[in-house]
Amino acid sequence: MNQPIAFTLKPTSAPAVAVDSPPKMSARGVDVFYGEKQALFDVDIDIHRNRVTALIGPSGCGKSTFIRCLNRMNDVIADARVRGSITLDGQDIHDPGLDVVSLRARVGMVFQKPNPFPKSVYENVAYGPRIHGLAASRGELDDIVRASLERAGLWGEVAERLNEPGTSLSGGQQQRLCIARAIAVDPEVILMDEPCSALDPIATARIEELIDELRLNFAIVIVTHSMQQAARVSQHTAFFHLGKLVEQGPTEQIFTSPRDERTQGYVTGRFG
Amino acid sequence: MSHVALAAILLLLAALGYTMGRRRATALSGGQARRLHSLPSYHGLYVALWCALPAAAVLAVWLVAEPQIIAVLLMPSLPPGSAGLTDGAFQLLLGDIESFAAGRAPEAGTDPAVIAAARRLSELRQSGFILLALAAIALGAGGIGWSRSRIRPGLRARNAVERATIVIMIAASTVAILTTVGIVMSLLFESARFFAQVPFSDFLFGLQWSPQTALREDQVGSSGAFGAVPIFAGTFIITLIAMAVAVPIGLMAAVYMSEYAGKRARAIAKPALEMLAGIPTVVYGFIAAIMVGPALRDAGEWVGLDVASESALAAGLVMGVMIIPFVSSLSDDVMNAVPQTLRDGSYAIGATKSETIVRVVFPAALPGIIGAVLLAVSRAVGETMIVVMAAGLAANLTANPLQAVTTVTVQIVTLLVGDQEFDSPKTLAAFALGLVLFAVTLATNVIALRVVRRYREQYE
Ligand SMILES: Nc1ncnc2c1ncn2[C@@H]1O[C@H](COP(=O)(O)OP(=O)(O)O)[C@@H](O)[C@H]1O
Ligand SMILES: [Mg+2]
Repeated sequence: MNQPIAFTLKPTSAPAVAVDSPPKMSARGVDVFYGEKQALFDVDIDIHRNRVTALIGPSGCGKSTFIRCLNRMNDVIADARVRGSITLDGQDIHDPGLDVVSLRARVGMVFQKPNPFPKSVYENVAYGPRIHGLAASRGELDDIVRASLERAGLWGEVAERLNEPGTSLSGGQQQRLCIARAIAVDPEVILMDEPCSALDPIATARIEELIDELRLNFAIVIVTHSMQQAARVSQHTAFFHLGKLVEQGPTEQIFTSPRDERTQGYVTGRFG
Repeated sequence: MSHVALAAILLLLAALGYTMGRRRATALSGGQARRLHSLPSYHGLYVALWCALPAAAVLAVWLVAEPQIIAVLLMPSLPPGSAGLTDGAFQLLLGDIESFAAGRAPEAGTDPAVIAAARRLSELRQSGFILLALAAIALGAGGIGWSRSRIRPGLRARNAVERATIVIMIAASTVAILTTVGIVMSLLFESARFFAQVPFSDFLFGLQWSPQTALREDQVGSSGAFGAVPIFAGTFIITLIAMAVAVPIGLMAAVYMSEYAGKRARAIAKPALEMLAGIPTVVYGFIAAIMVGPALRDAGEWVGLDVASESALAAGLVMGVMIIPFVSSLSDDVMNAVPQTLRDGSYAIGATKSETIVRVVFPAALPGIIGAVLLAVSRAVGETMIVVMAAGLAANLTANPLQAVTTVTVQIVTLLVGDQEFDSPKTLAAFALGLVLFAVTLATNVIALRVVRRYREQYE
């Protein structure tokens, strides 16, 4: 297990990241507390468009806690408290002028376990557009649903099953349905918290391909506990340890020449 | 009394058997429990069961068969000529003997032949009991001796004990099932006797309910007297009113408790609501009859409406309050069982809390909520005390909730209260009504449980 991970950068058609363009989202000095207990310490990171940012680290280090800060899902947890600044296109997401509803429409999220609603495939995807009033007519809604399913790589498999319950799909299909549901409201950022951890290798490979395609249009943040996955899909990697962001940089550099010895230990499999 | 003493002796014997079996197994293992197939306590139980079960079986058989056996043995000692008596007179004679034997009749003025027979009866009973006690104790002791001698390290005592436990559990559930079957059977048979006198269609579709007129012999089954439609209609109206109260209030309470209330508020509100179901229905009954009924009548006078002081409305309103917890508590449970990940999924798309409740939580919980409502319906249909006290007795066929109506349960009560002949159509009608009530509540319960179960499967 002490072998460094074989690192291959797949050639992709995605545009190169313009590093000097302003970041899509940017976190500065983020602390998170659950009650008295501090779970995140002073996290600084930038999220860029057309780039997949991977958050890695041993379990319990605060990856989920951080990704949930980005669309304020920690608001749902009664005793969670977030401090520091997080901006979306330069605007503070905690600004009272910014409604959390519109924030979440712009920053979508896919969860660890596929969680389709107990509705039809169609209604699952139409859920967001209906809530935000994105479609003026049934025809428009049909178009949005179809386009979202196509972008999630699911259309071919469910075109004939739009009225079946979303829960009747396979695990991998359910997760792609959740991705379609998230992109149906046309977000700018997509957050994914271990999206493949409940899936088999084939379904995982499909999702990874999909992530690579989605990068063309969105900024993507993915939490993963699989270093191979981080190496395969991401361009930027941040390593968390015990609530601190220890090191971040281009994925290739993190995996081949990490500066911090904790990062080195983790990516070579010595702990975690 | 002496039967109880006998049972106690047998229990003591079984306890003794347990210790003996345990000791013996421990001794055989030479202090190393691992050399035994089963733990010493299983050997103890093995001996105890061999002691108690055969004895208990004998006891049970005797309790059932004793009257017959004694009756046969008593035959030769009956006063001469009693074999030629009619059936009724023979029963009377037996009754006399029985009451003298029990010490309920004075010696003076009693036929000496009866006294002799009664003495014989007491003797027979006594010796029967002594025989029984000896047999049971001997069986118990024999069971101990035999099973104890079979104890070896390799004896599969645990398996034997587990098999015996299964048999005991099967016997227990059989009792419950047989009781249900027995009740249903008696409902069916008595109803059949009723329908032999009153045509089925008259009962089910007749619009006139006045069971009293049928009391006179020459009017049995007189047309229209047993038309149950007004009663069904009364039950229906009151159930409807009760559900109109309980469903909205219960559902809103459930949504509040499962979605909005904090942990502490929920910990107080939920048991407080459930307490409504714990209030004795007779208390609801007098609240309905003494407070709500008259209050409604006064309010009606005030606005110029004619409200009876016993009205469907009063009974229905109070019953609705009573069944609120049936709706709220179950609905709260099913909404709580909707996984948090579904709510998260909805919030993450930008839905607000109320949108999430209306569009995700509620539909996901709907089958369970329907089940809760159906259970509440079956409770309302079968409720008796409130309607007896507050809905009145008049079998009016009306859709006006301000008038007095009557329900199936109320009629069953009035048909059977007081001294009644048990073969007049009037009393038999109670069984027919009971059968209908049973069929309706059974059907709603079955549907409700099915719906709830289907919902449960979805998330587990
Ligand atoms: N809802 C919560 N309440 C209290 N503590 C929490 C909660 N969620 C996470 N934590 C704690 O915060 C720390 C980070 O958790 P998390 O962000 O889930 O880690 P990761 O996703 O990296 O495995 C852990 O110590 C965890 O126990
Ligand atoms: Mg996590």
